[in-house]
Amino acid sequence: MLGFRTASNPKSGESPLKVSLSRALSAMALSTQDIRRIAHLARIEITSAEANDVQRKLDSIFDLINEMRAVDTEGIVPMSHAQDLTLPLREDRVSEPDQHALFQSVAPAVHDGLYLVPKVIE
Amino acid sequence: MSRAAPITSLAEVSRALAEKRVSSVELTRATLDRIDLLNPVLNAFLTVDRERALESARAADARIKAGTAGPLTGIPIAHKDVLMTAGVRTTCGSRMLENFVAPYSAFVVERLAEAGMVLVGKTNMDEFAMGSSNENSYFGPVKNPWNVEYVPGGSSGGSAAAVAARIVPAALGTDTGGSIRQPAALTGISGLKPTYGLCSRYGLVAFASSLDHPGPLAQTAADLAALLNAMAGHDARDSTSVAREPEDYTRLLGEPRGAKPLAGLRVGLPREYFDDGVDTEVAAALEAAIAELHRLGATTVELSLPAVKHSVPVYYVIAPAEASSNLSRFDGVRYGHRAAKYGDLADMYKKTRAEGFGPEVRRRILVGTYVLSHGYYDAYYLKAQQVRRLIADDFSRAFAQCDLVLGPTAPTAAFKLGAKSDDPVQMYLNDIFTIAANLTGRPALSIPCGFTKGGLPIGLHLQGHHFGEAQLLDVAHRYQQATDWHARLPEIAQRGG
Repeated sequence: MLGFRTASNPKSGESPLKVSLSRALSAMALSTQDIRRIAHLARIEITSAEANDVQRKLDSIFDLINEMRAVDTEGIVPMSHAQDLTLPLREDRVSEPDQHALFQSVAPAVHDGLYLVPKVIE
Repeated sequence: MSRAAPITSLAEVSRALAEKRVSSVELTRATLDRIDLLNPVLNAFLTVDRERALESARAADARIKAGTAGPLTGIPIAHKDVLMTAGVRTTCGSRMLENFVAPYSAFVVERLAEAGMVLVGKTNMDEFAMGSSNENSYFGPVKNPWNVEYVPGGSSGGSAAAVAARIVPAALGTDTGGSIRQPAALTGISGLKPTYGLCSRYGLVAFASSLDHPGPLAQTAADLAALLNAMAGHDARDSTSVAREPEDYTRLLGEPRGAKPLAGLRVGLPREYFDDGVDTEVAAALEAAIAELHRLGATTVELSLPAVKHSVPVYYVIAPAEASSNLSRFDGVRYGHRAAKYGDLADMYKKTRAEGFGPEVRRRILVGTYVLSHGYYDAYYLKAQQVRRLIADDFSRAFAQCDLVLGPTAPTAAFKLGAKSDDPVQMYLNDIFTIAANLTGRPALSIPCGFTKGGLPIGLHLQGHHFGEAQLLDVAHRYQQATDWHARLPEIAQRGG
């Protein structure tokens, strides 16, 4: 029988699994420039009022994530999936009816069966 | 029965319908009345469709009368609002989809409808299933029926609260890192995450495709088995859906086995799950549950899962990476929110996504974008996939010595609303015991195993062999035959009786 070693109040900020840290790795923080770059890549506007809070929280998340980077994974095959999958193939034939109108009925802006967006070509 | 009285378990409701002691229309009316009574307090439901529900109930009554009903026909159910329901609003708990009416239904939704279940409503959730407290919903938090100052867990918090408050006998949820099991634990009900690939993800609005699982929540393990019978099955529209012979997941439950029904069962106890981060009262409840399993004939084996401590960091690379890709579809062009004011196309995307997504969803998209970006892919994403393999290998070795792995579902019972909402990392650590089953794809369930002195439920977590649901549910059922934790109901659930 396993003995429980317990604490009535787990200290805040401490992982219950006592993750072995490499604090050296976690010291690397994101710069304001990094935040602007990824926000642009993700197409999410971040106002300057939000920027500090976003940066602080992303830094704490990367502190957590960076614990993983010290693990020795030499020669380990990456696992992308819970199953050993081969992609299933199907016959190349039409299987779906035309549901154009149904699917466009939930679009923000359509005209004559086309989705409307701001002009991109002059 | 009196109107709006607490609903009994799915098995009891099924018997009452079969014996014609109640009709589906009567049951459905009572459920709708109960939603009216309790939802103003709990905020568990986002959409309730009375007319549609009563129409389905009338159809179910016709099936019962014609003798073509199955065990689930006529029973009310609620679906987490991340599961598409044709013609019914499907919000994912997000402003982005506030007015989105699904054009088609999820596979599991279709399956339960074909079985004759009556959809009464869609349940509240953390936005796009990202959260462990239900405080990330655009539509406000769900309250825990055991104490409305506490969170119900998340992200399937609305489904869990609806079952715990005895509004519906069952609900569907989804589980990407613990989102069925952790709210089940925090609200004192039973919840199952099936093996990856067993239940199709078609029509489950994708968060992290390699980790997302639909699954049932109900009062008992036997009820979960009955629901799984209808939900499992191959679906060509999900490329990861597994083609297997259909199984009856209830088949072991009725076997007569005498006083030691679990004789021969080997329960694995990983020392990493009994560390000093587990709350004292949770640990004590777990000790008592292990003693109960011993009494029922099981033996225990001590194990070690050395890589499991990396589960949370690995998950917070893989899940956001997949999310950043999946949620790129919300661009304000084809469906969902579009900003009212914008300049060019890029500005429209950026403003639409900034307005449509809440802070936690935005954070995860940013984390995912970063770990997939040029120069960081190998250091983060590939590394996380390698460590994922190490974790899965640990479990494979462990399962050579045991039939299931036992631990707590969550390190603590429910916490107060607002207690962790400004600290994402503290929130993430709630899922420390549940995430591994999403990484490995193994089936796992949570069942109630006790209460804190403050009267909050505690969950027992069991993980099984791939496609070992029948055994997992049987063990949970035998435990529930010997205990009554699952039968206790919160004071709020006794209202309307």
